Amino acid sequence: MDAFFTYGFLQRAVLAGVFIAVACALLGVFLILRRDSMIGHGLAHITFAGVALGLFLKIIPLGVALVVAVAAALGIMKLKEKAGLHGDTAIAIFSSMGLAVGIVLATLAQSYNVDLFGYLFGDILAIETSEVWLSVALAAVVVFIVGLHYHRFMYMTFDREAAKASGIKVGRLDVLLTVLTAVTVVLGMKVVGILLVSALVVIPAAAGLQLASNFKKAMILSSLIAVVSVLLGLFLAYCIDFPPSGSIVILCFLLFGLCFLLKKIRGSH
Amino acid sequence: MVSSAADSNPLIDVNDVSFRFGPIQVLKDVTFAIHPGDFLAIIGPNGSGKTTLIKIILGLLRPLRGEVRILGKTVDDFADWSKIGYVPQKATHVDSLFPASIREVVAMELLANQGFPGMNKKEEELSIDRALKHVGMEGFKNRRIGSMSGGQQQRVFIARAIVNQPHILFLDEPTTGVDTETQEHFYDMLDLLNENEGITIVMVTHDIGIVNKHVTQVACLNQKLVYHGTHEEFCRSQAFKDMLAGGHHLISHRH
Repeated sequence: MDAFFTYGFLQRAVLAGVFIAVACALLGVFLILRRDSMIGHGLAHITFAGVALGLFLKIIPLGVALVVAVAAALGIMKLKEKAGLHGDTAIAIFSSMGLAVGIVLATLAQSYNVDLFGYLFGDILAIETSEVWLSVALAAVVVFIVGLHYHRFMYMTFDREAAKASGIKVGRLDVLLTVLTAVTVVLGMKVVGILLVSALVVIPAAAGLQLASNFKKAMILSSLIAVVSVLLGLFLAYCIDFPPSGSIVILCFLLFGLCFLLKKIRGSH
Repeated sequence: MVSSAADSNPLIDVNDVSFRFGPIQVLKDVTFAIHPGDFLAIIGPNGSGKTTLIKIILGLLRPLRGEVRILGKTVDDFADWSKIGYVPQKATHVDSLFPASIREVVAMELLANQGFPGMNKKEEELSIDRALKHVGMEGFKNRRIGSMSGGQQQRVFIARAIVNQPHILFLDEPTTGVDTETQEHFYDMLDLLNENEGITIVMVTHDIGIVNKHVTQVACLNQKLVYHGTHEEFCRSQAFKDMLAGGHHLISHRH
């Protein structure tokens, strides 16, 4: 445990990991209840194209990935709206395109190397100081905005028509929520990698929803589960040399299983 | 065409409103006013434009022609939506997995337009308690909305709609899927809100029995406004006879 207070790389990983975990869990609750959980998965594939473009252009991949993911998230929204497609179809189109573009760009950049694998599988223990501050700042902004619009997001998720009639600008908040999701997915990529980031968005939120008796508790419980998974995952990674990304997601899954069982036990009494 | 409060300024003015869904004409040249204290039933056969009309009044749909004024302002200029309460059709089709408590459901409307740092906690609780008391649900504040019966959920949605003490309450087929006994209690509660709290009520319904017992005004739609006036006159009107004779999907029973 002393290592967490001694080694800079562990402190950076804990700091970034905790903030990002909370942002992922909070947004995850809204995405699940809006039946939009697959958007995290789709945006992760698109983020791959952003990272590959960053490596190809030799510009900070995290920054390029942010721009690409936000643009694609808005594109998914528009495609869904204008082409009359169901949510999943628009996500499937964009995510496959993202992956294809990523493969082409990564080949052109000849960057199938440690860097790219770091983004694909997550490399939080190697996170740089500048990335930590960027991640913490962006995650804090996400958490702040969710807090600011908490009741409005909850209202439009629960009853979209009544929310509109009460004067809430539902269309604008849809865009905001989509942008926040894109930012959070890109940040989550630093913790667990492109391939597993949707798990960090969906599983803690799904676990929290198993036990929560109200919306506020769902948000708190989901955040706690995400934070515990990240901290324990980092602990396992340090102590027994497990890969942090895989450990974090497996712990998320185990905690989901535990919440599911507790719900069943509670229901049977 | 008689109004219960024809001399007072109308809360809602619907002027020459027409609407189409693609090639289908839904509303044509609809003009009428809603005055303070009215308990108005909007009735008509399926597809007659009742829900569309409410959505146009609330700014959820834009009319093809004509305009709606709320408290003297056009829908685009109107900003004080807390003065309007709304319970949509199928409001009781609640996702049973949605984790909101009844308190949270009511707070959604109360805090929908609050900026940072929001409302005083004590004031918030008082408003929520008052709204829930009006609908007889004060003892259920911390229960999950998904665990309530259809009738109880509908009461919670009324509480949500009146938590800001609105001038006017819109209800779109509020008793669909609710048993007859619960419906009767529900309409008695609406009477109290209308008479004691002075809330103007506008309700879309298929139930002509309700017209006989509870409402003061009737607007009968069938693309056009076929009738608008008091319920007594409506019961004697040709529009009423035509509706019954036409075998439209209406429920007619004596209370």
